[in-house]
Amino acid sequence: MIYEGMAWIFGDDVDTDQIIPARYLTTPDLSLLAPHCLEDLDPEFAGSVGAGDLVVAGRNFGCGSSREHAPGVLKSLGVAAVVAESFARIFYRNGFNLGLPLIQCAEARARVARGERLRLDLKAGRLINLSKGELYSFKPLPKFMMELIEAGGLSALLRGGGWREACESGA
Amino acid sequence: MPMKGKASTAMTMAEKILARHAKKQELEPGELVLAEVDLTMANDITAPLAIRAFREAGGKKVFRPERISLVMDHFTPNKDIPSAEQVRESREFAKEQGIKLYFETDGIAHALLPEMALVGPGQLVLGADSHTCTYGALGAFASGVGSTDIAAAWISGLAWLRVPESIKLHYKGKPAPWVTAKDMILNTIADLGVEGANYMALEFHGEALESLSMEARFTMANMAIEAGAKAGIFPVDRITLDYLGGDGRGQWDITTADPNALYSDRREYDTSRMTPVVAAPHSPANVKPVEELAQVEIQQVVIGSCTNGRMEDLRMAARVLAGRKVAPATRLLVIPATRSIYAQALREGILQVFLEAGGVVCPPSCGPCLGGHLGILARGERCVSTTNRNFLGRMGHPESEIYLASPAVAAASAVAGRVAHPQEVVS
Repeated sequence: MIYEGMAWIFGDDVDTDQIIPARYLTTPDLSLLAPHCLEDLDPEFAGSVGAGDLVVAGRNFGCGSSREHAPGVLKSLGVAAVVAESFARIFYRNGFNLGLPLIQCAEARARVARGERLRLDLKAGRLINLSKGELYSFKPLPKFMMELIEAGGLSALLRGGGWREACESGA
Repeated sequence: MPMKGKASTAMTMAEKILARHAKKQELEPGELVLAEVDLTMANDITAPLAIRAFREAGGKKVFRPERISLVMDHFTPNKDIPSAEQVRESREFAKEQGIKLYFETDGIAHALLPEMALVGPGQLVLGADSHTCTYGALGAFASGVGSTDIAAAWISGLAWLRVPESIKLHYKGKPAPWVTAKDMILNTIADLGVEGANYMALEFHGEALESLSMEARFTMANMAIEAGAKAGIFPVDRITLDYLGGDGRGQWDITTADPNALYSDRREYDTSRMTPVVAAPHSPANVKPVEELAQVEIQQVVIGSCTNGRMEDLRMAARVLAGRKVAPATRLLVIPATRSIYAQALREGILQVFLEAGGVVCPPSCGPCLGGHLGILARGERCVSTTNRNFLGRMGHPESEIYLASPAVAAASAVAGRVAHPQEVVS
């Protein structure tokens, strides 16, 4: 599973109110919500982010509200993965439950600049900065998280009936 | 839930409750388990997404409707047509699936479900709302999750969970005057940091908590998530059981931590040395003594929410406001957390106190806490609020500011028209 795209940079403690403000949550339709994604932090983001782009952020990404709309809008905008120094736990489970890979990599935050091209190799645990010619490594995902990504999320895993085995076969 | 024999290793409260629900004798932090969920909760924002995930996953009939609650509390009473449609969708799903625990305009879930004794000791409760950790005050393992997790539990009765490490918090001493549960938890969040307890469970202990009412304990457990915690759990005592009522006492599975359980960290707090505090913008960990912010002028005060909208909170605010007036350029909004709290406050004459002071009382709702309705802030406005988050733009315009405080500090600030210590107002 290899993804390639442009980097969008955000800071620490990006909360889910910033990813998608609650004032818009009068609809569960992600395509209606997506234009407002991260608008208070980077008004250009929602309009310009391309399919396959990666969000690179600092510590505690996705803290706050449990709203699954947050990873949902990122995914619906075409974001391939979020690379952050750390993730808040509800966002972390929501991301994987929706099939959005979340990668913990402090080096990326320190080195990557906005607009640089990145290549993410999920299985190998490698993130390549094509613009700078640098390689950042990260701990490969736990088995269950990888299964969620491969299935396309928890709903798909549930539909297939394999989630019990997937979960019990370990972290 | 029957106890399945004695565990062979020492465990924390979180580990014990999860072990029982995963039908395991022992487990370790970091382990992934599939656990049986006693009760799920979703609200008017998160239920519609859960319904979509349920259908997408091929769900036809929910596993056990009596273990499902739907509480419409965020944008209710419905503020506009789209929010009314979200509630309608949830209401119709409840009807279709035979879900009896459906509530609308009854109050905020995190005050309502405990009040109805629908959550209690030893339970595993998951809610598509980050403040689900509130129920930990009753000795439950209660945690916020996403809508798809809720859909999975609707279908299978199960949830995947990583067993969290636990941090043991010990509160000693007699709280100083005007130091409330809110001040204790804000001090704790400042100490731990906003992700200091990420993926972990907090266990609350100490003599300073033993005399705290259930309402005060809810305030503390409620904000465990603001330190990133997965759960915030209190031991069960006489106060817990009295709160839940004499009937059905035997139905609860009372869990205690083993004395030699392993904690990833231990912290001690001396409540006699604490002072009333405020969390300044834009982080609940940005905690400062009230005095340091006394020059900050405010336009709005909100007293309510799943953190501080219960009887004790309203009584505390009324004590400060009785016979006084809200400052001319300041609005005071009071939002009782449930209908029964509203009714009790009415009986006690407390609502009269707020109205005579120049405040207004709103219907039970999450209201402005998350920028929904009933008190949205304009550019440049500042609000002292008894809610739980002061994130950028949370209550309205991205250039507005939220200062989190106890009901006593909020009420004093309403009178002063700026951030104020209750002592400045109450002589």
